[in-house]
Amino acid sequence: MAPAISMMAAFMVLPAVSALGYSLYDWNAFTRTEFVGLKHFLRLTEPPYRGEFLRALGHNTIAFVALLMVQNGIGLMLAFALYRRPRGYAFFRLTVFLPVILSLVIAGYLWQLFLHPLFGPLTKLVMGVFSLEEFSPLGDTRLALATAILINIWRWVGFPTLVFLAGMNAISDEIYKAAELDGASEWQTFTRITLPNLGPSFTIVVILTFIGAYEWFELPFVIGGSTGNPGNSLDTLALMFYRLSFGDSSSPATDVGLGAAVSVVLFVIVLIGSKLGADLLRKREVHE
Amino acid sequence: MNERPGRAQAWLQRSVQNESLLVSGITKKHSPLSVLLMGLLILNTIGVVAPMLLALMSSFKSTAEIMNAPFGLPQSLNLTNFAQVLGEGNFGIYFRNSVLVTVGAEVIILSLSSMAGYALARYRFRLNGALYMLILMGLMIPAKLLLVPLFLQLKQMGLLDSLWGLILVYAAGGIPAGVFILTGFFRALPHALEAAARIDGAGEWTIFHRIMLPLVRPQLAIVAIYTAIPIWNDFLLPIVFISSANLKTMPQGLSVFFGEYAVNMGALFAGLTISALPLIVLYLVLSEQFIKGLTAGAVKG
Repeated sequence: MAPAISMMAAFMVLPAVSALGYSLYDWNAFTRTEFVGLKHFLRLTEPPYRGEFLRALGHNTIAFVALLMVQNGIGLMLAFALYRRPRGYAFFRLTVFLPVILSLVIAGYLWQLFLHPLFGPLTKLVMGVFSLEEFSPLGDTRLALATAILINIWRWVGFPTLVFLAGMNAISDEIYKAAELDGASEWQTFTRITLPNLGPSFTIVVILTFIGAYEWFELPFVIGGSTGNPGNSLDTLALMFYRLSFGDSSSPATDVGLGAAVSVVLFVIVLIGSKLGADLLRKREVHE
Repeated sequence: MNERPGRAQAWLQRSVQNESLLVSGITKKHSPLSVLLMGLLILNTIGVVAPMLLALMSSFKSTAEIMNAPFGLPQSLNLTNFAQVLGEGNFGIYFRNSVLVTVGAEVIILSLSSMAGYALARYRFRLNGALYMLILMGLMIPAKLLLVPLFLQLKQMGLLDSLWGLILVYAAGGIPAGVFILTGFFRALPHALEAAARIDGAGEWTIFHRIMLPLVRPQLAIVAIYTAIPIWNDFLLPIVFISSANLKTMPQGLSVFFGEYAVNMGALFAGLTISALPLIVLYLVLSEQFIKGLTAGAVKG
């Protein structure tokens, strides 16, 4: 017991408390200079950082909404398809989950190669089919975020699928038998019985999507570097924090206090969001 | 004495197994819905497998061949790209580092969280509830919040740019999940087991080590996979903590490699294949454990 607690104290609790402290000081590189109170938090609400902060927050929010609807929507349909134990069930379950084990770094580079503006196989295919002069969704400020979200879905959709599947498996057979005796159609059974009884699975999936979207870092970093290129269209709060804390390719200058303030805001968003989500969703869950 | 753990194990397995038994009578094959859902599954499988096969195929091609016939089969099983990547790249070293870091962290996570989980589940003491809450809070703290303080802390400890630094931080990060999962399973073990062993004169350590621990072995595997995959795949900590070329891990090494081989498409695909392959092979062999393990935090056993 003691060793586990002391490991956590040394490498989690202590740094977490320090991070809160860091945001209240000015820094010269990694040397603390003077106590400035809430100055860094106020700086986030004023130009020039307000725009950057809100833009990053906006991208996180778009990612959250898109992943919530599309990723989890597809996941729910795939789960229902698997739940009916179709032929090839084991094979489909195996392939659905396969990309989940890959790192976002691998997924990011894989699709970057496929979509390479000059040599990408997929680029060629799309240019051929739609007779386009060029096709470079990851290099286009209007398309980069949506493309990155799609890559994220490709890699992660198997996760909500299997969480929903487990939730469906946990619904007792007797409820279904009763519905069948009452002459319910399969669609009615799905909307009136399966969906309402999936409450706990929805809660966990929504919360994990929320945390994942607001802490989104690796995929935007792999595709667009620490500034979220092209043209900051992939910038996120985590990237902003990283840039401020460790510098970026164009300027190695850092602003550790401001970076710490961003990480504290990130933590508070995640904490409040998951707490609110849990409370709201729990209320809607059907309790047997 | 020998028989008791066996019986408890069977009981435990039965309680875990329920999942696979449920096939309800409502399924009607060949309805329009069935066809639609089957189509969805097939589409998804193609979407998953085709990109991976395309990457594999492309890794046997030259850049010119990828340009001219992006979807054609490679003209020959040309291993030049692999030879070049393995010869010039440092994938051997990256692989070794990732294995060392993951195994090192797992040894600490599994031993410490099994002891802590056992203590929380089986002993009543003051602070028991408070400590459990503290560990649950550990699950909520984002890595980004800890990054700069950890960076400075490791620097002071002389563990920056060292595999030990990574191992310790990963271990601390994995312990909360390990304790959380194992506490639940230790709680579910019947109390009669302990009582019987005590009557037989077994000490506390013997009870834990010889009786309880073997009973949660399947759950230890779940904890191992749940915590090991994110460590194996992690990118954030290495790019901040590790700067020496010979200490880089696989994901970090892959990003270095992509920087160096800018437009050598064949070699890039080969590098990608090499870095993805170990985990894919392991997954195909142990898919049940992987699926159970990775969804462990989200699915109640």
